Amino acid sequence: MEAKVAEKNRAGFTKADYAGAKSTLCMGCGHDTITSHIITAFYQAGVNPYDVTKLSGIGCSSKTPAYFLSKSHGFNSIHGRMAPIATGVHLANANQTLIGVSGDGDTASIGLGSFVHMLRRNVRMIYLVENNGVYGLTKGQFSATADRGSKSKAGFVNPYDSIDLCALALEMGCTFVARSFSGDAKQLLPLLNMAIRHKGTAFIDIISPCIAYANHEGSTRSFDAVRAANVSLQELGFIQPMTEIKIDYPEGEAKTVELHDGSRVILRKLSSEHHDVTKRDAALLALNEARARREFLTGLFYWDQQSVPLNEALKLPSTPLRDLGEQTRPSVEVLDEILARYE
Amino acid sequence: MAQVNKFSITVATANGSGSQSANNILARTLFRMGVPVGAKNLFPSNIAGLPTWFSIRANEEGFTARQRLADIAVLMNPATAADDFNLVRTGGYVFLNSEIKIPEAKIRPDVQLIKVPFREIVQPLSDSIKLRKLLANIAYVGVLAELLKIPQDVLADALTHQFGDKQKVIDSNLNALLAGRAWARENMGDTLFPFRTRANACSNDGKIMIDGNTAAGLGLVFGGCTFVAWYPITPSSSLVESFIEVAEKYRVNENGERDFAVVQAEDELASIAMVVGAGWAGARAATATSGPGLSLMAEAAGLSYYAEIPAVIWNVQRVGPSTGLPTRTMQGDLLSAYYLSHGDTKHVVLLPGTPGECFYYAQTAFDLAEILQTLVIVLTDLDIGMNLHVGPRFNYPHDEMSRGKVLNAEQLEKAGEFKRYKDVDQDGIPYRTLTGTPHPAAAYFTRGTGHDESGLYSESPDVYKNNMLRLARKFETAKTMVPKPECDTRSGSRIGIVMFGGTHEAVGEARFILQKQGMETNCMRIRALPFCYEVEEFFDRNERVYVVEQNRDAQMMTLIRSEMPQYWQKCHSVLEFDGLPLDAETVVEQILKVEEELRKKC
Repeated sequence: MEAKVAEKNRAGFTKADYAGAKSTLCMGCGHDTITSHIITAFYQAGVNPYDVTKLSGIGCSSKTPAYFLSKSHGFNSIHGRMAPIATGVHLANANQTLIGVSGDGDTASIGLGSFVHMLRRNVRMIYLVENNGVYGLTKGQFSATADRGSKSKAGFVNPYDSIDLCALALEMGCTFVARSFSGDAKQLLPLLNMAIRHKGTAFIDIISPCIAYANHEGSTRSFDAVRAANVSLQELGFIQPMTEIKIDYPEGEAKTVELHDGSRVILRKLSSEHHDVTKRDAALLALNEARARREFLTGLFYWDQQSVPLNEALKLPSTPLRDLGEQTRPSVEVLDEILARYE
Repeated sequence: MAQVNKFSITVATANGSGSQSANNILARTLFRMGVPVGAKNLFPSNIAGLPTWFSIRANEEGFTARQRLADIAVLMNPATAADDFNLVRTGGYVFLNSEIKIPEAKIRPDVQLIKVPFREIVQPLSDSIKLRKLLANIAYVGVLAELLKIPQDVLADALTHQFGDKQKVIDSNLNALLAGRAWARENMGDTLFPFRTRANACSNDGKIMIDGNTAAGLGLVFGGCTFVAWYPITPSSSLVESFIEVAEKYRVNENGERDFAVVQAEDELASIAMVVGAGWAGARAATATSGPGLSLMAEAAGLSYYAEIPAVIWNVQRVGPSTGLPTRTMQGDLLSAYYLSHGDTKHVVLLPGTPGECFYYAQTAFDLAEILQTLVIVLTDLDIGMNLHVGPRFNYPHDEMSRGKVLNAEQLEKAGEFKRYKDVDQDGIPYRTLTGTPHPAAAYFTRGTGHDESGLYSESPDVYKNNMLRLARKFETAKTMVPKPECDTRSGSRIGIVMFGGTHEAVGEARFILQKQGMETNCMRIRALPFCYEVEEFFDRNERVYVVEQNRDAQMMTLIRSEMPQYWQKCHSVLEFDGLPLDAETVVEQILKVEEELRKKC
C-alpha cells in the first residue's frame, strides 16, 4: 500500500487531473489503451489541461475524448468534419493545444476531403486516427483502410485496396507523420510527447484492433495479425525537460534531437539503414515497400521541425481572435473614406 | 416635349467584352446628377462570350425596379441583336452597332432605329484592335450622354472614379467619350430625342450607390467579424471578396498582423464546419454561400442549433433547384433556410432588402448568433447582392457588440455551479464558457448527440424532450430580438401587401400604380424570421393580404400558414419566378386579377 501524496507535474497537476469519464467502449478495446497513453503523455508533458481543447468526429474512437482530460473543453462534432471544426477552433484561439481523435471511417471515408485539406493548411493539432479497418458502431462493415482480401466477421472478403493514411498525409505535406500500435506504449508515448510539442498538424495513425468486429481469423487487423505484421522503423525515446529521468531510452546507435522546451527525442535505428525523418521521399518509399511486404510499418516517418502552423501563416496576432470585439471596428474616418468610393 | 429623368436603357453585349465599366459609368453619372437610378446586370454563367444585358432605369419619382421593356436599347452583340429588338417598347429607340447585319424581317417598324458606326468612331483613337473594342463601349456612353444632355464634367468624373489612378486608361476612355458625343452631335444634332436628363442639385445628397454584397462585406468589417470560411459560389463570392479587400487594408496592424482569419475551404461542408468550430471557441464567424452550398451546410446547421453554437451564414439566393440558373435571382431558399437540417430545427433568418440593411445586419446577425447561441442565416439574393442600388449613406455602427452569456473564471467562481444547458434565466438561453477558461468548472463536452443540462450524453426521453422544449422557448425569445417589419399604413385601407427582401422596389411602384387606379394599399416588409408580434398586428389590421414573393411554391405564404394559421385565409399569393428582378406590372396584374375574381364572387 502506498500512501504518498499524488505527484504533481510542472504545470501543478496530478495525473488524476488528466483523467476523464468512464469509457463505454467494449471491454479490452484498443482505443481505451490509447486513451490511457494520452492521459500519461499530457501529464508527462506538463500541459495545463485548461490550455487543451479536445476534438473528435463520430464513431467509437470519436467518443474517447470524453474519457480523458475532463478539465479540458471537448467537442464531439459530426461525422467526417473534425478537421474543419478543428481549423475553426484553432484559428479562434491559437493558444490552445488541440488534440483530435478520429477513426478510419471518420477520416479515410466520409472525412477524407476535409482531412487532406487540413493537412495542406497545417492546422496546429495532434490528429490521431484510431484505425481498426472496420465500422464498429454500425456492426462490422469494412472501412477504407481495411486491407484487400481481409475477411469481415460476417464472412465477406474486402475487394478493394486500402488507403494508407500515412502515405496520404506525406503526399499532402503533413509536417509530422507517424504510425503506431495501441499496444505499443514504448513507441506511442514518445510519439505523443513529440506531437504535443509539434507546431503544425501531428498525424499519428494508430492501429487499434476492434475486438468486437475485426479480431477474428482472416481479419488482417486482429491483435494477432497486427502483432505479427508490425515492424518498427526505429526505436523511440523521449526525455522530458529539466529532468534526466529517462522514460524510454533505447540502447544502441541513436540520434538525439533537442526540442524548443529542452526536451529530447532519441531515435535509434533498427536496421542497417537509418531512416532519416527529415526526408519525405524516404518515408514514402519505406511505406510503399512495407506495404508490398504486407507489413505494418510503425514509427516516426516524417518530421519537419521548421513547420509553420496556420495561425502564423495567416499572420494572426498573439491575442486570440475570439477575444477581439469592439477593437476590430475601424474608425468613423475609415468608413467615410470607404463610402466615398460609392458616392 | 422630352421626358425628363424618366427613361430606361438596356445595353446588350457579350460577356467579357468590357461593357460593365461603361454601364457603371453611365449609372454613376446619373446618380451623381441627383437622378434616382437603378442598375441591373443580367449576365450569363460564363467567363466570356455569352450574351449579357445591362439595364439602367432613371426615374424622377424614385421607381427603379426592373421594367419589362426599355425606352432605349443599345445593341452591340451580333449574336442576339435581332432578338434584342424585342427589348424595346413601341416608340422606343434602338442604337445598333452598324456592323451588325439584321434580317429585314426582324427590324421593327414601330421603333426608331439608329445605326452607329462604332468601329469608325473609335478607329482614330488607338492602334490596338483589342483596345478599340473596349473603347466602343465608352463610345456608346458618349452617344447616349450627348442625346440625354448629360454634362460632360459629371461624366468625366464618373469615368475617372471608375478607372481610379490609371491615367492612360482614363485618357483613352475620355477620348472615346468625346468621340461618341461628337458623332451624336454631327449625325443626330437635329433629331428630336424624346428623353433627357436634368441635374437635381440635392436629391441624391447623403446617398450612395452600392451593391448588397459589397455592403455586407463592409458590414462584416465593421461588425466585429474575425473569422470567415467560404467556398466560392455565384452570386455570393463578391461578398467575401469585399470583406477581404477592406479588411486587408484596414484591419492589419503595423506589424502586419491581421485581426481576422479567412480560409477558402475545400467545400461548403468544411466552410460551415470551420465557422461552427470558430463560433464554438468564441469568435464572430461567418460564411457566405448560395443555394447549393446551403444544402451542403444542412448537417452542420443542425449541430449549431442543437449544440447551441453561434454561427452566421450569408446565403445570397440564386435560382434553384439544383445548379439552377446560377446568375439569376430568386427568393427560393426561404423554407430550406428556416428549417435547414434534419429533426426539429428552426433558424433565425434575417431578410435584408437593401444594401444598407446588408451593412447593418452583418452586426445584427453576429449579435443575435452570440446572444441566442445559434445559427443565424441572412438571406439576400442576387438582385440585392450584385446589382447597384441607391440608398442612404451607411451610419457608423455605434451599437456595442453583444457577445452573449459567456462566463469567465471569476464569474464561474461566483456562480458556484456551471451547467452548460441549464435555463438559468428562463429565457431558454443557457450560459457557456470558452476554451482556455482557467477554472475547474469551466470545461464541458459539446456534442451533437442527446445531452442533459450538464452536456453529458443522455438518451433519456424526458431529458431529450425537455431540452427540445427549451430550444423552442429560446426561439420564442428570439421573436423579441429580431428586426421588426417595416410597415407603411394608409388611412382607410384594409388591403395589405406583404413582401420581403428586394421586391420593395417593384412593390412600391405597384402600389403607386394601384393608387392611381383608386386602390389604396398598406404594406409590410418582413425583415426576419421567426415572425414577431408586429407582423401579426399587420395581419390583424388588414382584411386581405397579398403576399409577394419570387418563387413558385409561395414559400413565405407556407410559413405564414404554418406559423400563423389564423391569418392564412386572408392571404393571396403574388408570385414570379422567372429569375429576373421583379417588375411592378407583374404585381399589379396579379393583384387586380384576384380583386376582379373577388368582385365576381360577391
